[in-house]
Amino acid sequence: MAELVSALNNKQISSEELTQLYLDRSKQFNDELNCYITIDEAHALNQAKHADQLRADNKATVLTGIPIAQKDIFCTKDIKTSCGSKMLDNFIAPYDATVVEKMNAAGMVMLGKTNMDEFAMGSSNETSYYGAVKNPWNKDCVPGGSSGGSASAVAARLCPAATGTDTGGSIRQPASLCGITGLKPTYGRVSRYGMIAFASSLDQGGPMTQTAEDAALLMNTMAGFDAKDSTSAAKPVNDYTASLNDSISGLKIGLPKQYFDNSLNPEVAKIVETAIKELEKLGATCVSIELPNTELSIPAYYVVAPAECSSNLSRFDGVRFGYRCDDPKDLSDLYCRSRGEGFGPEVKRRIMIGTYVLSAGYYDAYYLQAQKIRHLIRDDFTEAFKEVDIIAGPTATGPAFKINEKLNDPISMYLSDIYTVSVNLAGLPAMSLPAGFSGDLPIGLQLIGNYFQESRLLNVGHQYQQVTDWHKQVPAEFK
Amino acid sequence: MSIDKSEIEKIALLARLKIDEEAIPNYQQELSNILTLVERMNEVDTGNVEPIAHPLDIASRLRADLVTETNQRDNFQRHAPSTKDGYYLVPKVIE
Repeated sequence: MAELVSALNNKQISSEELTQLYLDRSKQFNDELNCYITIDEAHALNQAKHADQLRADNKATVLTGIPIAQKDIFCTKDIKTSCGSKMLDNFIAPYDATVVEKMNAAGMVMLGKTNMDEFAMGSSNETSYYGAVKNPWNKDCVPGGSSGGSASAVAARLCPAATGTDTGGSIRQPASLCGITGLKPTYGRVSRYGMIAFASSLDQGGPMTQTAEDAALLMNTMAGFDAKDSTSAAKPVNDYTASLNDSISGLKIGLPKQYFDNSLNPEVAKIVETAIKELEKLGATCVSIELPNTELSIPAYYVVAPAECSSNLSRFDGVRFGYRCDDPKDLSDLYCRSRGEGFGPEVKRRIMIGTYVLSAGYYDAYYLQAQKIRHLIRDDFTEAFKEVDIIAGPTATGPAFKINEKLNDPISMYLSDIYTVSVNLAGLPAMSLPAGFSGDLPIGLQLIGNYFQESRLLNVGHQYQQVTDWHKQVPAEFK
Repeated sequence: MSIDKSEIEKIALLARLKIDEEAIPNYQQELSNILTLVERMNEVDTGNVEPIAHPLDIASRLRADLVTETNQRDNFQRHAPSTKDGYYLVPKVIE
């Protein structure tokens, strides 16, 4: 993306030409990969022409004219916003999400809306109403989820960059499985206004890009206080690109014992250890740390997230917008059948679990207990960050698995979130960087930072990407 | 930890989700499996720990009691399933 910015500024290409290039490429490969739910050519070219005019009038800012793909969880005014679900298949958003509004204001060009697990629930992009997304590195494999469409599109270079959202790993894990860079900001750093809610205390939108530098460029546009989001952080926004070139000499990296135990896939371990050695060569030092409650993060997450989702998804009732069943007998039938027919199996599973754990008689045993564990998990990180500057480890338990391999075993899918969910429970920023391959499938390195330390993460990521070239790899078919 | 049929039916009613009769055993199995997974939380004594709803200690932001939104009913109702004179239509509720 940074290179494209230069190309536009040096008048080597116009935004209109650049946009047409990406539109053609996206259309060419979409049947194969299924990355996009919507490609809006007319809208994109209009925005591109406008961007070229801004540039001609000397009013262009950094990202003016750069094409971007938006995860279909962000409301886009007058453009279909489906959240990967039959429930919103007919939904034309009447307003723009703040993230979309900010990118439009920056003069960016929206190519389309990317495919995703239904209502952001999933780790494989197999639960989408619009079908599974394919991993461009191996089309029999999943791209990860829930931001699978965005990850696949960036990896196959169908777009220079994309947005994603992360509730339990949904930016980082697909970034890892597709060999791209993905950043989940600190909770509250990026506005959730217009971002269809899954779990309100965990959700965060963020950039999915080829490089840490690109992620920094996007963060400058995406981040910031928004009065329309009651959980938005008032903290001022840094220039995330300003510290990219800082030396990381003296950086203290924490390696959690619990991440590097016997259950870690040996290939992943080797790649992650090699990556950390690169950081040591740049002057960082490693310290072993403890995150004792890591194991409990999965049960806590799979109580908190479904509970919050059961509440958030109660707005989908067939009355005001979205899917309504045919010939409802009475109001109850309207609710029950609209929701029963509009939601897919994974979504219904999570709504049921969430309803159960919040219901009378079970609230204390499950939800309250999960919130106490959440406190312990957060405190584990607070303690760790007294000793170290960042925490490093694997992002995912292994490379991309085959499509359908885990579909009949949701528990196995849930357990693979072990390295990512505690970060959401604690609200910390974290990033996945391409760090190597297992066979022909990418493996990511995860870096976790302290609250609002996105600059530091991006700095470390950028320095790592100066001495490695994993982030430059593209699957042969998509070069 | 197993859940019986009537429990599934009760949860489905609370969640306003229509579930087919044949699908109920599947839900029983799946939900039981998930509950077994989350049961592991009880291995920890959290006696004195305060529950937190939110990762960071933030309080709700207050603002002045002034009108800031405009009425956009027609815009929002453009894609509604069924409306009339600005009302959303649903099957009769009161006999």
